[in-house]
Amino acid sequence: MIPALDILLIVALLWLARQALVARDLFKGVVLFIAFGLLLALAWVRLRAPDIALAEAAIGSGLTGALFLSTLGRLRRMEREAGQAEPPPEDGRRGGWTGGFLTAAGTVLVTALLGWAVWALPAGAPGLGDAVQARLGESGVSHRVTAVLLNFRAYDTLLEVGVLLVAIVAVWAVARADFPFVTRNAEAGSVPPQQTALVNLLVPVMLVVAGYLLWIGATAPGGAFQAGAVLGGAGVLLLLSRPHWAVLPERRWMRTGLAAGLLVFLGVGLALVIAGRRLLEYPAGWAGALILLIEAAVTLSIGLTLTLLFLGGRPAAGDPAPTMTHTNQQP
Amino acid sequence: MSVSEWLSALLIAAGTGFFLAGSAGLLRFPDVFTRLHALTKADNVGLGLVVAGVALQTESAVTLVKLVLIWWLVLVSSATVCCLIAGAVLRHGRAPAAEEEAR
Repeated sequence: MIPALDILLIVALLWLARQALVARDLFKGVVLFIAFGLLLALAWVRLRAPDIALAEAAIGSGLTGALFLSTLGRLRRMEREAGQAEPPPEDGRRGGWTGGFLTAAGTVLVTALLGWAVWALPAGAPGLGDAVQARLGESGVSHRVTAVLLNFRAYDTLLEVGVLLVAIVAVWAVARADFPFVTRNAEAGSVPPQQTALVNLLVPVMLVVAGYLLWIGATAPGGAFQAGAVLGGAGVLLLLSRPHWAVLPERRWMRTGLAAGLLVFLGVGLALVIAGRRLLEYPAGWAGALILLIEAAVTLSIGLTLTLLFLGGRPAAGDPAPTMTHTNQQP
Repeated sequence: MSVSEWLSALLIAAGTGFFLAGSAGLLRFPDVFTRLHALTKADNVGLGLVVAGVALQTESAVTLVKLVLIWWLVLVSSATVCCLIAGAVLRHGRAPAAEEEAR
């Protein structure tokens, strides 16, 4: 019975991946990609990796899907503004025969190498699981994944948080926020009342869920990345619906929030170095509290980063916040 | 199997029936509006029955609250999103299939 479910999952994943890639209609491709991500999350659950399943569902499928959709909307708008002078490119057939052959050969090669790497692993190797389990008591948390991410290999996570900051800096450097697009609905008063009602209801629930995920990360699957993704989802909903109580923060607060995760992470690391320890070598008894502090700051930064990535650029110097309050105070 | 286990299995089977009918409707119905109608039945009644069936198997109150919360959230968002999609389709000038045929 279990193999039947897994085989169905694998077949559906491969089929969805193919359909998403060959879809002529980009919108259809994005929708298939989101469906693919949700099934992939299920696959991670079947592999007993709920941490990755949560991250895949929230970031891989949900927020990446939202980013694709906003990109698609922008592309269509650009096409309209260009007066549809250029015909849409013929999707999927551009590479020609050689391109297709090279892609296929490359894919087969990479798949074969990966398969060989897994095959070459010594059977029943314990990996690092035992080593982690042995020192789990000293890590400050009781969930192994969090212990690895925020203590044993905190260095890697520090760099990942840095990558997120670099991503938003790069986006801000090349593009300005397309506020007309985001606010157009709100300004025209055309956000349907049901949508506003749903957002008013969901955003508080999402804040609670994010807090819960952050807190539960110490003992069970959860943590800063999942909590941040939920915050980011709430941010995207707010950007799309603009309820009257939501105002984009001033730019310096945005910048502070974006950098908070990396700053707190680095700050803790440097303070420990100054105190004569190694980078991110938590003193005994302090690990749990320091991990929670870092994760709280990282959650905030991830949530804000994902929201502002959806915005797609640096908020204009004219500062959108006053405009927004202005429009929203109108009857 | 005890009575509650039978009842649980029955509820989940009934819920699955709604999902099956909803999927069939999604594939077979002629336009967006009727497809939405089919899908929301699966989300609301189908998931409700599955949640009721699973709830009978749990002994922890926290799990029970979580299950009901999941159902309630899906209920609220599916009903609203159905409304929003139908509204957007109407605004783009697409009439229900039956009306288009009548023209």
